[in-house]
Amino acid sequence: MTQTPAPLLPERAAQLAAEFGLKPDEYDRVLAILGRSPSLTELGVFSVMWSEHCSYKSSRVWLRGLPTKAPWVIHGPGENAGVIDIGDGLAAIFKMESHNHPSFIEPYQGAATGVGGILRDVFTMGARPIANLNALRFGMPEAPRMKRVIDGVVRGIGGYGNCVGVPTVGGEVNFHPAYNGNPLVNAMTVGIAPKDRIFLSAAAGIGNPVVYVGSKTGRDGIHGATMASAEFSSDSEEKRPTVQIGDPFVEKLLIEACLELMATDMIVAIQDMGAAGLTSSSVEMAGKGGVGIELVLDNVPQREAGMSAYEMMLSESQERMLMILKPGREAEAEAIFRKWELDFAVIGHLTDTGRITIRHQGKLEADIPLAPLESEAPLYRRPTAETPKQKVLDAAAITDPVGPAAALETLVGSLDLCSRRWIWDQYDSMVGGQTARRPGAADAAVVRVEESLEKGGARALAMTTDCTPRYCAADPEEGGKQAVAEAWRNLTAVGARPLAITDNMNFGNPEKPEIMGQFAAAVRGMAAACTALDFPVVSGNVSLYNETEGRAILPTPAIGGVGVLEQVGQAVGLSLTPGLDLVLIGETRGWLGQSLWLREIAGREEGAPPPVDLAAERRNGDFVRARILAGEVRACHDLSDGGLLVGLAEMAMAGGCGATLLPIPAGLPAHAFWFGEDQGRYVLAVADGAALLAAAAAAGVPAMKLGRSGGEALALAEGPSISVASLRAAHEATLPALMAES
Amino acid sequence: MKAAIILFPGTNRERDMALALQRATGHRPPLLWHRDTELPSGLDLVVLPGGFSYGDYLRCGAMAAQSPIMQAVKEFAAKGGHVLGVCNGFQMLVEAGLLPGALLRNASLRFLSMDCHMRVERADTPYTSRFQRGQVFRATMAHGDGNYFADAATLDRLEGDGLVALRYATPSGEVTEAANRNGSARSIAGILSPNLRVLGLMPHPENQVDPEIDGTDGLPLFESLAGSFAAA
Repeated sequence: MTQTPAPLLPERAAQLAAEFGLKPDEYDRVLAILGRSPSLTELGVFSVMWSEHCSYKSSRVWLRGLPTKAPWVIHGPGENAGVIDIGDGLAAIFKMESHNHPSFIEPYQGAATGVGGILRDVFTMGARPIANLNALRFGMPEAPRMKRVIDGVVRGIGGYGNCVGVPTVGGEVNFHPAYNGNPLVNAMTVGIAPKDRIFLSAAAGIGNPVVYVGSKTGRDGIHGATMASAEFSSDSEEKRPTVQIGDPFVEKLLIEACLELMATDMIVAIQDMGAAGLTSSSVEMAGKGGVGIELVLDNVPQREAGMSAYEMMLSESQERMLMILKPGREAEAEAIFRKWELDFAVIGHLTDTGRITIRHQGKLEADIPLAPLESEAPLYRRPTAETPKQKVLDAAAITDPVGPAAALETLVGSLDLCSRRWIWDQYDSMVGGQTARRPGAADAAVVRVEESLEKGGARALAMTTDCTPRYCAADPEEGGKQAVAEAWRNLTAVGARPLAITDNMNFGNPEKPEIMGQFAAAVRGMAAACTALDFPVVSGNVSLYNETEGRAILPTPAIGGVGVLEQVGQAVGLSLTPGLDLVLIGETRGWLGQSLWLREIAGREEGAPPPVDLAAERRNGDFVRARILAGEVRACHDLSDGGLLVGLAEMAMAGGCGATLLPIPAGLPAHAFWFGEDQGRYVLAVADGAALLAAAAAAGVPAMKLGRSGGEALALAEGPSISVASLRAAHEATLPALMAES
Repeated sequence: MKAAIILFPGTNRERDMALALQRATGHRPPLLWHRDTELPSGLDLVVLPGGFSYGDYLRCGAMAAQSPIMQAVKEFAAKGGHVLGVCNGFQMLVEAGLLPGALLRNASLRFLSMDCHMRVERADTPYTSRFQRGQVFRATMAHGDGNYFADAATLDRLEGDGLVALRYATPSGEVTEAANRNGSARSIAGILSPNLRVLGLMPHPENQVDPEIDGTDGLPLFESLAGSFAAA
């Protein structure tokens, strides 16, 4: 057996390093660590581990600014997913992750494997997944290929989630030309585990077996992580072989087999093989545990003959897990995986060398010290440029060309506000039998925790995904703040106590100072909101280089929020019913900058976005939640995109019930009052409006009576009645009409 | 009532079904493994639950219909046992020859996940005795291949013999094309065997059994079953 891996010729190695995305100074570090020219496999390992996607080299210095702690946080960032205590001895485990680049190249498989990957991040920690959500950004439907992307992404998310039997309960979608060449697919999974049975990834126990389970390894997805760390050009079609192929059936078996094994005491550590496959899982597990690892690739289950060590180490074949077992338990563990008809192979063992050694066909293919692979990994504090502030628009100086009734009909049918039914009708939101509020029924999805039910409880999780990219583009700091605040608000609006978030930071090329400036500012805003709202970040993912031919996406820090309800029956939805007083909570200043009214009705996309007053946000939200938990609220809806009249229309359409509205207060133009996007506001439908106004006054919370529900139209005091049926028709028609021919 | 649910690789609505049966009977039914070759003695009801058995990579339900336990299920049915197949379970029943016809791709060629309403066509069966004839109830549907198909002679025989149990309808009970989202022949949502003891249906009444989750529209189906065995 040879003692060092066969090195590449120096010129060839340098050339390949550049092809694999290593910068010249990064490659120099590889040479310094090894003290020789790398083998092909070694170069592959370095290039994927040091890719932006795996190393977070441009984002890490900024992400440190995010608050990650709270008394209920069990594991924050750094594990496969975040873990929080939800009571009843249970933990919620959750994370959101992007699959942007693959979803543009091959929409169905890109989106499907995005769902598969995030599911594994969650069940690898011992949780049964109970809900999937997503955050999608598409280009304009008329852009080249975009309808195919929309259709493929939706089918892919549904195809995977429906088959594995995890309900897809919520999400959000925006359309904007900035995503024409870079749609975003962010997938989130939430799971439940006993809080004293969380599985981590740090390997331990010299000599312990390294076990591979799941699907066989093929040649798909090689260098997927590298692809995800570069901009697109016109040749993106040629990158299709870097996209993985998903098999949700095998994933379902893998979930059941892993959970069955996790009910025993055989596992020392476990991690899924996600981006950079066997390389990242083995390197990270051994690295975290401070041990060495030796792999014998001949034992890796292989889908095709003649695969090289390089190919096996870089393959991103799906539905695979790596684990460290206690010694002597291999046969017992194998029996479980055989029962579920899955591959099981011992492919190595832990060593005391502190190195990863990879052997194949009797040859040493790689021999890398693990500590410097992590400690010498590049870390950049890239230059930043502040986004120029936009001016605050004066609502009175903007004329209303159409009047509120016509504006409302246009807005509810516009791309960013129209019904998402065409999408969610393709996702099974009910499987599991615990979905108490499904898409469209409330501001956040509500899923009862079956494990709580088994203990005699009826605890439920509320979940949401949120971000308003046009605000982030205009002012990344306010936009970052707003994304976190809106997630907190949506959880509050169903009555849940918001607990923690996962973030999915989607940005352009970090080597451009204006992009890095957006990133840094968004993190600042998010951190301020997380701190003010006691809403820490427990997991996350960064996706950079979302650019095509030099054009970047809008900065999109998507937030996935999770909250808890002690009793599922406490949750409220947004559907209006007759005979209730409608009360607006929060202050209305008529902020039109960056509003959808301004864009869709006045044709202008400009101005400073609405600021988020975090103290008011907290005060208003805590007040609303207390009223809901006191059982006083029949329906609740937070106000966001489109403003007050759109929010009222959404409640009316959901319930098939109109309302008679009071005259608007003096001092504000009607279009600013009805369509301004001031933050920190809710509409509550209650039996006793006067009591609510009195309670608000006592709590120092701004509140005003809006009107009373009933009838079949939204009747404005100043003008026409707008029939709920016609609003619904406009609201529901848009997406089916757009997607009809695809 | 002694019930059991069979678990196939890819089954995913077994817990929903177990909760529904538990709600109606007071106890949780056991799960049986697809490789078993016999059923426990004394069973009243076998349930084939929803999911994607074997990934639905062949025709839906076709692989599961060949699994070892299905021979025992066929013998159980032949001896007059009650078998309920929901969604993928309905697909297995037709693939196994326990019910006639086939389930094609939805007419829209898309997966459909939404509420549907079903009209109860007869209330004198072990599955429907707690409904009224003509009563309409709401249930979740979630399938890509629920478009019921059979040749005209088979459909005529089903209708003539009163074996159409459930039909897609509007909330007020009208059988219309718009209410028949998956395009099923004659709006058929569920059919019975001639002895009325095997029922296959596409929608999921097991998802509407709890007032705190999504109402109890589906509960009478499970209470009917529990009642028919309690009386026996």
